[in-house]
Amino acid sequence: MQYRRHGRREEIGVTLPSALWLTVFFMIPTLIVLSVIFRPADPFGGVGSGWTLDTLRSLNNPNYPAIIWRTLWISVTATATCLLVAIPMGYFMARCSERAKGLLLLLVVIPFWTNFLIRIFAWKVMLHPEGIVKTALLKLHLVQPDTLLMYNEFAVLLVIVYTYLPFAILPIYAATEKFDFSLFEAALDLGCSRIGAFLRVLLPGISRGLMTAALVVFIPALGSYVIPDIMGGPTSEMIGNKIAQRVFIDRNLPHAAALSGLLSLVVMAPMIVVMFSKKSEQSPVKGDRPQRATAEGGR
Amino acid sequence: MKRSRFPAVVTFLCLSFLYLPILILVINAFNGSRFGSVWGGFSLRWYQALFRERSIWFALRNTLLIGITSTLLSMVLGTLAAWALNRYRSRLQNAHYALVYTPLVVPDILIGISLLLFFVALRVPLGLTTIFIAHTTFCMSYVAMVVLARLQDFDFSVIEAAQDLGAGWRTIILRILLPLLAPGILAGGMLAFTLSIDDFVITFFVAGPGSSTLPVQIYSMIKHGSPPIINALSTILLCLTFLIVAVSRRLTGKQITA
Repeated sequence: MQYRRHGRREEIGVTLPSALWLTVFFMIPTLIVLSVIFRPADPFGGVGSGWTLDTLRSLNNPNYPAIIWRTLWISVTATATCLLVAIPMGYFMARCSERAKGLLLLLVVIPFWTNFLIRIFAWKVMLHPEGIVKTALLKLHLVQPDTLLMYNEFAVLLVIVYTYLPFAILPIYAATEKFDFSLFEAALDLGCSRIGAFLRVLLPGISRGLMTAALVVFIPALGSYVIPDIMGGPTSEMIGNKIAQRVFIDRNLPHAAALSGLLSLVVMAPMIVVMFSKKSEQSPVKGDRPQRATAEGGR
Repeated sequence: MKRSRFPAVVTFLCLSFLYLPILILVINAFNGSRFGSVWGGFSLRWYQALFRERSIWFALRNTLLIGITSTLLSMVLGTLAAWALNRYRSRLQNAHYALVYTPLVVPDILIGISLLLFFVALRVPLGLTTIFIAHTTFCMSYVAMVVLARLQDFDFSVIEAAQDLGAGWRTIILRILLPLLAPGILAGGMLAFTLSIDDFVITFFVAGPGSSTLPVQIYSMIKHGSPPIINALSTILLCLTFLIVAVSRRLTGKQITA
């Protein structure tokens, strides 16, 4: 093969543009965040010179453990809820006729193409004190006139589930569709109960899809900022809100950088777990790329 | 085998959950009353108000400008990246893959803040250029992944055949590679464009005064009142979304949805 001959030079030639761009605009900025943590803030909202540990010390704020805890429990609950809905739905879709599959898939994908802010706003309209849900619940005497349906943790959780549910459905559907259902029937023939066959045959069979689904909900949920900002109140802030406040309200960039570092640590933990379990599952790393790319090709 | 009704019920409830808020939003866009819970008769007054809102048109112009330019550049960079990742097996490509893949899994807010600090450190004024750079950065990874998926079933013997027949690289790229890869590159570009015009978080961090995009404008409208206009705007955007989905399904088959 002739084109292998000057392979190395060509390889560098086609790799350089994207690698250089991402090094300059992704890797270096990430390193800058880490270095800014140890810099003082200057009075003009920029970053001063010299080095300091003050920012790290200020993380020792009694409010932060509560906010980190809230971020974690909202994200975990949202992920679990999405999986609980997406598993039966993915199962139903996978067992439909081809025509119905196409239609259902389209119905799941359209919200993902719809503007993120509009989807959040749609919920604000519904749960607003003058909105349709509140009015309906009032007429049914299910809530008091002064009950607030939004500006609390529940509203934040609900909208996070609403936003990321399609992302959970797609990989679970993809995995269930590839699953060989004769295994399921064999388990039933061999005397396994339906629930037993579901838990011990189907779920392990689609474990990769489940893992992808959990990851594509959990990680963006951890970084949520707009949803708690619009749907939540002061008692339902997440780490993302604090980062944005430090940037847009107090203009203390080192503090924002320190909080981002904290968020990165929280995000990295589940990613490392998944990476290791994927590695042990199958060794040729290259082979499973396109699948991951399409399953996670949405945000 | 008797099937349980449970999955069907969940699917129905889930789809209602996904579509009910959108449906109510669209109905309210034609509601003459300011409050969603009262029906004030069919009205187009919010659309009239919307068209008089100059800031929206300005934001739309910025959104399209950034969407088109960053999509074009990310299509070039992403396609090259996918080609390199598919063609070569080396340590360099392992590192390259990590570099291309990581932006896809990092939360938006972290990308936003890191680029903001980067631009502040270099004293680059925030504006349309910084938004363009930020969008190209996350879009190219998506393009690379879509094109890479397409390259998996690319038949490389056509290149060898062309070489045997005496074609130079220029001819091979222009007359063989690009036409064959076009559907993948277009699908990637379509994804990049929708992500770009949809992005709020990253844009919000790197936008400067006078460079509002449509999502930034919608956000400030949500935060500071004028909701009925947003209903009308959302309805128009929803129609555009349906149109884009329909067109892209025509163009690329079912590739984009999978």
